[in-house]
Amino acid sequence: MATEHINVSHVAHLARLELNAEECEVFQRQLDAILGHAESLAALDVTGIEPTSYPVPVYDVMREDEPRPSLPAAAVLANAPDQAQDQIRVPKVIADA
Amino acid sequence: MSLSTLTICALRKRLQAGEIGAVDIVEDLAAAITARDGEIGAYLSRDLDSARAAAAQADLSLPLGGIPIALKDNINVTGQPCTCGSRFLASGYTSPYDATVTERLKAAGAVLFGRTNLDEFAMGSSTENSALQKTRNPHDLSRIPGGSSGGSAAAVAADLAIAALGSDTGGSIRQPASHCGVVGLKPSYGRVSRYGLVAFASSLDQIGPLTKSVEDAALLLQAIAGHDQRDSTCLKVPVPDYSAELDKGVAGLRLGIPREYFGEGIEPAVRARVEAAIQRLQAAGAELVDISLPHTEHAVATYYIIAPAEASSNLSRFDGIRYGKRADAPQDLADLYQRSREEGFGPEVKRRIILGTYVLSSGYYDAYYARAQKVRTLIRRDFETAFGQVDAILTPVAPSPARKIGEHADDPLQEYLSDIFTLGPNLAGICAISVPAGTVASGEGTELPVGLQILAPHLGEATLLRVAKAAEMTA
Repeated sequence: MATEHINVSHVAHLARLELNAEECEVFQRQLDAILGHAESLAALDVTGIEPTSYPVPVYDVMREDEPRPSLPAAAVLANAPDQAQDQIRVPKVIADA
Repeated sequence: MSLSTLTICALRKRLQAGEIGAVDIVEDLAAAITARDGEIGAYLSRDLDSARAAAAQADLSLPLGGIPIALKDNINVTGQPCTCGSRFLASGYTSPYDATVTERLKAAGAVLFGRTNLDEFAMGSSTENSALQKTRNPHDLSRIPGGSSGGSAAAVAADLAIAALGSDTGGSIRQPASHCGVVGLKPSYGRVSRYGLVAFASSLDQIGPLTKSVEDAALLLQAIAGHDQRDSTCLKVPVPDYSAELDKGVAGLRLGIPREYFGEGIEPAVRARVEAAIQRLQAAGAELVDISLPHTEHAVATYYIIAPAEASSNLSRFDGIRYGKRADAPQDLADLYQRSREEGFGPEVKRRIILGTYVLSSGYYDAYYARAQKVRTLIRRDFETAFGQVDAILTPVAPSPARKIGEHADDPLQEYLSDIFTLGPNLAGICAISVPAGTVASGEGTELPVGLQILAPHLGEATLLRVAKAAEMTA
């Protein structure tokens, strides 16, 4: 199981996780072992086999086009970490000119 | 005798006969929790004052009128916390809405008073991955209760709850039920609405009951099952009367014994208890049929690709913007995302997010995710073929009884491999239940429960419960 399957720090960045060096090292070892086990699937012949996304067929369903109440803004904002003027506040996303 | 030790059905009879009031049940539960939850740690939060008030108002004519039900802390109830066992939601999140199962339990008259511990975001098989609290097995406090619904199972087993709801993505109801000696039912995929359950792996998750009897499991399933337009995967199929066939017994039923579930890896004492339970069902009139589920050995690899893939997508909503944890003084938006997630998630959740992101990433998608979805089809077909021959299937729940706390701390693969017997039913979408099948000696003076797993076809809960009731009667 010495093979390195995964570049942990790169994938962590894709997932917007900022790992410390120790986490990277531990996850590298653990995930290489897990992905090593997953390699057993490569031995199976899956030619012509349809993939299963859901165990039962799932179809797009049209709902009656009728207005229904939604959560009041105050109820939603009650959980927001930061808010102002009935909106959720976030750091500036556009750089200064 | 404390009322907290009784089943829903027994309490219903006494309530309706006027022998007790609903508040009496809450008082006895409160006393039991005070006496024992300090050492067990089943509950993350509870509100017994509100429970007393709700019990006093309860309409006893309703199917669950005045019955307290504990909920796993990943199911939303308006005004209650919903921590998912995570630092991300542990402070400052209060549910602004009811899950569909919550609405249905309330409509059935249940008193929702407490929230049980779980592995963080239901990821784990021991409840050790809770960032908030340790839960111990009531049968041996040095051991895990199983997981992820470990708080629900421990609460029911220790008579700190009458019954509880959990969620099951790969065994998270059945395995803790087995380890704690209670009944745990994972309904068929689409039988129960997932609306308001914090999503882990959406094609696998189902909510179900943990109870002291099979009859109680049938009663709770009856209350929560059925179509919901807010969950597009919840089936528009009528819900049968699950109590109607409970006592029909197993005479004439064909029960399959899959040889792949009794091979190497299972502890001999566990195997002996499960085989004894199977022989009792045979003595009660069932016909045993040797069957094969040939892709069983691939269930762990398939599950630990698909479930993390779905989780990595589902957990992207925890970004520090709208609710939950936000890192202090972020420099910019990217820093806010990354540090909120780094600080908010525990190691198992990070591990699965990274694994899931990897198997979905460009260049690896086909080799891992797409291939696992095809193997999932093979696993699903195994069960379809088997159910062409038999009415239900009997297996162990877990290869070993509850292990010691801390044992697999640095070896997640070892922990994942112990899920081998419970993953297939989730991948295939069929229904499954764990019922107590005796105990094995720990060698340290304690007796550890072992469960028998029963599997039935998709939407075959009536048959499932009928076999489970027979197993319970002969135990």
